[in-house]
Amino acid sequence: MIVAEAKSFAEVAEMVSSFPRLLVAACAGCTAICGVGGVRQAEELAAALRIHFRIRGVALETEVAGVTRQCEPEFIEELAAAVGRTGAVLSLGCGVGVQFLADRFPQVPVFPALNTRFVGGLAAPGTWEERCRLCGDCILHLTGGICIRARCAKGILNGPCGGSQDSRCEVGDDVPCAWSLVWERLSALGRFELLAQIRRPRNWANGNGGPRSSGGASG
Amino acid sequence: MNAASNFARLLRDGQFVVTAEVGPPKGAAADQLLEKAAYLKGYVDAVNITDCQTAVVRLSSIAAAVHLRSAGLEPVVQMTGRDRNRIAIQSDLLGAWSLGIRNLLCLTGDHQRFGNHPEARGVFDLDSIQMVAMVRRMGEPGEFLCGEPIRGERPRFFVGAVENPFAGSLEMRVLRLEKKIAAGAEFIQTQCVFDLERFRRFMVLVRGRGLHRRCRILAGVTPLKSVRMARFMRDQVAGITIPDEILARLESAADLAAAGVSLCVEQIRELREIEGVAGVHIMAIAWEKIVPEIVKRAGLYPRPALPV
Amino acid sequence: MNPNPRIIAFCCCNCAYAAADLAGSLRVAYDPEITIVAIPCTGAVEPAVVLSAFEEGADGVFVAGCLDGECRYKSGNLRARERVQTLRAALEHIGLEAERLEMYQVSAAMAARFGEIAGEFAARIRGLPPSPVRQRGKSGVSGVDRG
Repeated sequence: MIVAEAKSFAEVAEMVSSFPRLLVAACAGCTAICGVGGVRQAEELAAALRIHFRIRGVALETEVAGVTRQCEPEFIEELAAAVGRTGAVLSLGCGVGVQFLADRFPQVPVFPALNTRFVGGLAAPGTWEERCRLCGDCILHLTGGICIRARCAKGILNGPCGGSQDSRCEVGDDVPCAWSLVWERLSALGRFELLAQIRRPRNWANGNGGPRSSGGASG
Repeated sequence: MNAASNFARLLRDGQFVVTAEVGPPKGAAADQLLEKAAYLKGYVDAVNITDCQTAVVRLSSIAAAVHLRSAGLEPVVQMTGRDRNRIAIQSDLLGAWSLGIRNLLCLTGDHQRFGNHPEARGVFDLDSIQMVAMVRRMGEPGEFLCGEPIRGERPRFFVGAVENPFAGSLEMRVLRLEKKIAAGAEFIQTQCVFDLERFRRFMVLVRGRGLHRRCRILAGVTPLKSVRMARFMRDQVAGITIPDEILARLESAADLAAAGVSLCVEQIRELREIEGVAGVHIMAIAWEKIVPEIVKRAGLYPRPALPV
Repeated sequence: MNPNPRIIAFCCCNCAYAAADLAGSLRVAYDPEITIVAIPCTGAVEPAVVLSAFEEGADGVFVAGCLDGECRYKSGNLRARERVQTLRAALEHIGLEAERLEMYQVSAAMAARFGEIAGEFAARIRGLPPSPVRQRGKSGVSGVDRG
């Protein structure tokens, strides 16, 4: 799923500082599951902003509303009345949610409360790890189910590089060398032929030519 | 073939070659490079010029190579995939060949996080193996990576790659070395060897697969100037191991620099005895001045004349 | 600096609230400025609730839960402690001193200890200026719609 983290309070406060009324829009999708974008976090952020501005002598009115997913027009529609009342939106959705809100309500400013970081899975309670770079050209069957695009710091197709030491990456001892993991996994599977093959340069065109979309017009 | 590379001719002639490494300056003047060239001349067969090593901005490797060549040295241009995509690499290589550069060392490159621009975007469009294969095809059959033919003169570089026998399992390292050779690497320069015992085991595996016959392997050495430097390299530089006995020897030495040089000379003598080692690559980091003394004391001076 | 502070204490009814009750029975005096709110478990104290106490003018808030290992719901007290830590940092960003919020742990039998905690915290809050939220509130800034 999409993993996001809260922007610093100071950054959010700065971006909304000139708006007397604000809709704080939660999303019940990925960002709620990450614990940063649900209604609960929206309530907290709204209260924090109100206190922050009150201390500075500025009145801020907030409304909090949540939708199932900000990345679908049908759900966003539920926010229309509240957007009409407030005139500005602080979104706790991912970057996609923010953009869908901005597209639907072009007459009001929409602000991101989060930084959308990566696609990952739950590694430990509260800790998410990046596992996919959305490259559109999956080769996990060749690497023992370990994504070297996402997990090798250089994303190289013929690793490991010379910076791998004790199965750790040169960027930091806390980062496992993805190619060491590939080596271990494929060795255990007895698939040495995959390790010996030279991988050709990647076709980046898949993710480099403007926004991607799926399905046809009829889809 | 690579008739224009004197370095290649010496290796093919079966000479035990000596190369050194020069880091270009962090400024726009060539004086420092020419000064280094003056004291290396006659003591080494070729000189590698690093490509913004450890991701720190320095004068370009190709430009530095042109300066060294004009001073009578045989340059080996290092090219990493960290800062350039396939378009830039191929373009730079056409330019390098046109300027008389004949030797190329392909590297993936140190991660930008360690350099002086940690916020830079790392390119890594090609890894070292893909780069080697691309450069060989630019020479023969003479085409760009996309398959389009190169017009007129083709760059026929003598192409090398690096290997770090000390990074991860030996079997994994030898397999990757084999991939580099399969991709077309004609020579290999290794990371600095301090752990001779492990290097010998590495070479047993290399010989077992006949790799030393398909490619010339130069063992890397580094003279240690101080205990602090040794500790730093052991602890901070990715992919370097320094055995405790070497540190102990340095720690007990009265004259550190002399001990470091003696150690390096001994290492070269031992490396020379290992079957399949075709030469040494001396990486005297910020201590290039010491190279002539090491070469002389290792019994590698004078350097052989070019074969006729 | 603030002789009559408003202090809200969220007290778990399995420990701190009972301790406060016992303190009353035993005639252990504790600070009269403290308004106690009984809650089933400190794990149920949402950050938004703490923030609303500050928003409505509290000068200080403390959360009092069970001793380690004694939570009726296993780990509600530990969660509360973590939340309070996080909220203290958040308060600084918002513009309130972190000292205005504290977490304490007591058992139902610790009536005297409750009195101490209450006194200690009230003294701390008296040493701080009145909540800037309340000062501004008095100056006539319009109320807040918390739709």
